[in-house]
Amino acid sequence: MEHYNMNLTLKVWKQKNKSERGRFETYHVKNISSEMSFLEMFDVLNEQLIEEGKEPIAFDHDCREGICGMCSMYINGRPHGPWHGTTTCQLHMRAFKDGDTIVVEPWRANAFPVLKDLTVDRNAFDRIIQAGGFISVNTGNAQDGNNIPIEKEKADQAFAAAACIGCGACVAACKNSSAMLFVSAKVSHLALLPQGVPEKKTRVLNMIAQMDKEGFGSCTNTGACEAVCPKEISLDNIARLNKEYLNAAAVIDK
Amino acid sequence: MLDSKIPAGPLEQKWNDYKGHVKLVNPANKRKLEIIVVGTGLAGASAAASLGELGYRVKAYCFQDSPRRAHSIAAQGGINAAKNYQNDGDSVFRLFYDTVKGGDYRAREANVHRLAEVSVNIIDQCVAQGVPFAREYGGLLNNRSFGGTQVKRTFYAAGQTGQQLLIGAYQALERQVALGNVTMYTRHEMLDLVIIDGKTRGIICRNLVTGELERHFGHTVLLCTGGYGNVFYLSTNAMGSNATAAWKAHKKGAYFGNPCFTQIHPTCIPVTGDHQSKLTLMSESLRNDGRIWVPKKKDDNRKANDIPEEERDYYLERRYPAFGNLVPRDVASRAAKERCDAGYGVGTTKQAVYLDFKYNLINKYGKTEAGKQGIENPDMDTLVRLGKEVVKEEYGNLFDMYEKITGENPYEVPMRIYPAVHYTMGGLWVDYELMTSVKGLYALGECNFSDHGANRLGASALMQGLADGYFVIPYTIGNYLADEIATKPIPTSHKAFEAAENAVRERINTLMNIKGKQSVESFHKRLGRIMWNKCGMARNEQGLKEAIEEIRALKKEFWSDVRIPGEINEMNPELDKANRVADFIELGELMCKDALERAESCGGHFREESQTPDGEALRHDDKFMYVSAWEYKGDSDWSLNKEPLDYEVIKPTQRNYK
Repeated sequence: MEHYNMNLTLKVWKQKNKSERGRFETYHVKNISSEMSFLEMFDVLNEQLIEEGKEPIAFDHDCREGICGMCSMYINGRPHGPWHGTTTCQLHMRAFKDGDTIVVEPWRANAFPVLKDLTVDRNAFDRIIQAGGFISVNTGNAQDGNNIPIEKEKADQAFAAAACIGCGACVAACKNSSAMLFVSAKVSHLALLPQGVPEKKTRVLNMIAQMDKEGFGSCTNTGACEAVCPKEISLDNIARLNKEYLNAAAVIDK
Repeated sequence: MLDSKIPAGPLEQKWNDYKGHVKLVNPANKRKLEIIVVGTGLAGASAAASLGELGYRVKAYCFQDSPRRAHSIAAQGGINAAKNYQNDGDSVFRLFYDTVKGGDYRAREANVHRLAEVSVNIIDQCVAQGVPFAREYGGLLNNRSFGGTQVKRTFYAAGQTGQQLLIGAYQALERQVALGNVTMYTRHEMLDLVIIDGKTRGIICRNLVTGELERHFGHTVLLCTGGYGNVFYLSTNAMGSNATAAWKAHKKGAYFGNPCFTQIHPTCIPVTGDHQSKLTLMSESLRNDGRIWVPKKKDDNRKANDIPEEERDYYLERRYPAFGNLVPRDVASRAAKERCDAGYGVGTTKQAVYLDFKYNLINKYGKTEAGKQGIENPDMDTLVRLGKEVVKEEYGNLFDMYEKITGENPYEVPMRIYPAVHYTMGGLWVDYELMTSVKGLYALGECNFSDHGANRLGASALMQGLADGYFVIPYTIGNYLADEIATKPIPTSHKAFEAAENAVRERINTLMNIKGKQSVESFHKRLGRIMWNKCGMARNEQGLKEAIEEIRALKKEFWSDVRIPGEINEMNPELDKANRVADFIELGELMCKDALERAESCGGHFREESQTPDGEALRHDDKFMYVSAWEYKGDSDWSLNKEPLDYEVIKPTQRNYK
């Protein structure tokens, strides 16, 4: 792999806090190595800003291995940037070339208010999980793990849905700011497993009700969410959620 | 005086006897007791959820935007449990034995035995929660093997085991939040501990969104705040992982156990340049199927695939024929360093070795698949194609991650790897009940020092975090809280809360008013370089003495020349970081002091003065068979308390993986 250095122009969203209006600021960075990660490029920019006595850009990040789900930049009109199946922290600078201009914004959705610059509040996702994204089992003497055989294919599908990192890219990509891919991943993960069956009806109804309450929009199946999901969560999960929802809504006997 | 409170009786009876006699708190009284849990990784989330289920009033805190972000999520390979599903001779005793031996005989027998006992319950609990572990075609749970053992006891979910376990614990936690048993405080960082009449009674924390300081009362406080690998700046830890909560507790009287015991993980993606912000692990499970080698010729500049088989040195298989590529982490790391230092390293920096999947991809997986499909005499292309499919299922996400970071395809060319700081076995000293030397203050998971001795075996961190949170603390905390049922919640207007908050405020004001020239990051990088060079994979007396002097000078410079932009009463990530780096600097000094005092090699702590003729770690059980528990006395001033390690069942010997 050939390495190269580049000079870039960045247009980055700056916003002091929740209530003040934001705006784009233009920055220039020089000698960025193609081996850097996108966030390391931001580290370089922030160091430069501190050196110049200016305020650095606030952004969320933590594990920088693509698994914690904390990083959340909307890069050139796409959540997490140009690479498929990749979080912002795993995006590397060889995706760009010398002279490029890169536009960086926060997630934009009513349910994810901006806290500062590129940082948003995603607690709505936690509240959706609180509404039913769990199996009600207390810690204690659970039965032997091998007493519940699970068809490998189902276990694999459940795992693929459970791989969701809760970053919110699906919401940011959706024209309606819908959280359907996120909710459907959790509903699928638990509905596919025998352990999740007893609560599957109330789970799907409650999670969807909470999703609506948080102000996420409706799903129109355009698939923008799937296209940008860093964990490649499949639209099939939304189909499964719809099936579960219809089942629960039509036949719940309460 | 240190009292480890290890119950009397035979080793395998201790935990059962303890549980049978421990004090209980009745359900009505549980509702009157408030518990603070700091950190929401595997230990914190599982503890908060379990204690909430029991009926205690729990408050949980994390500095991230959601409890699900905690760095346990990044654990890849797996979690150990003595289930013996594979019928390969595993048992509680063997898991206990492997862990004590892997830790180079510097862990407490009683704690490790308890860990091995509850390991089986963890798997059952996680399955019940819906954790999607890998399964066989018959629908039963699958296992893989890890370093330092000769059985297959590791349960896993592709290369995302930590994520799946944490999400299980997170969901249990959110369920308790919904039920009103747990109150969750996200984007909050603990900045001090409040002690009243010798007992822990609360914390001071900073709301990281508004910058406000808050006072929170609890009848007891649990620190589940992880390890301190970020002292080294470059490590596999998350950017936010820090030691601040533990360090504040230490300065308020909690002893720090074995601070020098750090784990350098053998298989990480090598450093590319000064811009590097963190290092990425490639799971130890890859050593199941990857063979580690370097060229036999020094300074060989050919591409890996151009080096013929007979010119490759599979140095682990050569040096350790019995365990081969599956030797424990400390042994594998040192062996890689030895080869690179001797001039056999690969890649542009020559600070890397190869981890190569070709052999097993073809011979193990390719041939098995071909056999399953009835293909006789398959050609090489077919074997590679079939092998790739299996490897993709086992490790696909890791291979993808490697390619994104390096731009190289590990299915085609061997990975380049080098050791990196990964885990800290040291931590707050705790007794058998997980209580620190401060009354009512507990430490769980990586935050404590207890179970891994001088070296942790792979797939044991997840096991310990969940053991502490799900199965140990719910019992041991009752023994303390049973005597607290008459204590009414103390109003946070109490003068101890006020004094603690004022101290935190003063420190923040001091930091902000330095208005120097150098960034927090630049200080952190310099600290990291000192630590890596002089308190890293190999340590010696002279280097450690120099490091202590350098760190003291760095501390002075930090407190006179750091520049923190922004304001106090707003979201200010630079200020958050400054608070953490200031503590890392002090902890770095203690680590070097501890490494200097321990003039033996054991586990991850390799003192160059103490090695066998063939370069293996040489312990001195006659002089160092103890836990070092450091007591804070004042600025750069500590006194050493020793907890002798008494081996009743296992007879410590020089570790041998040959």
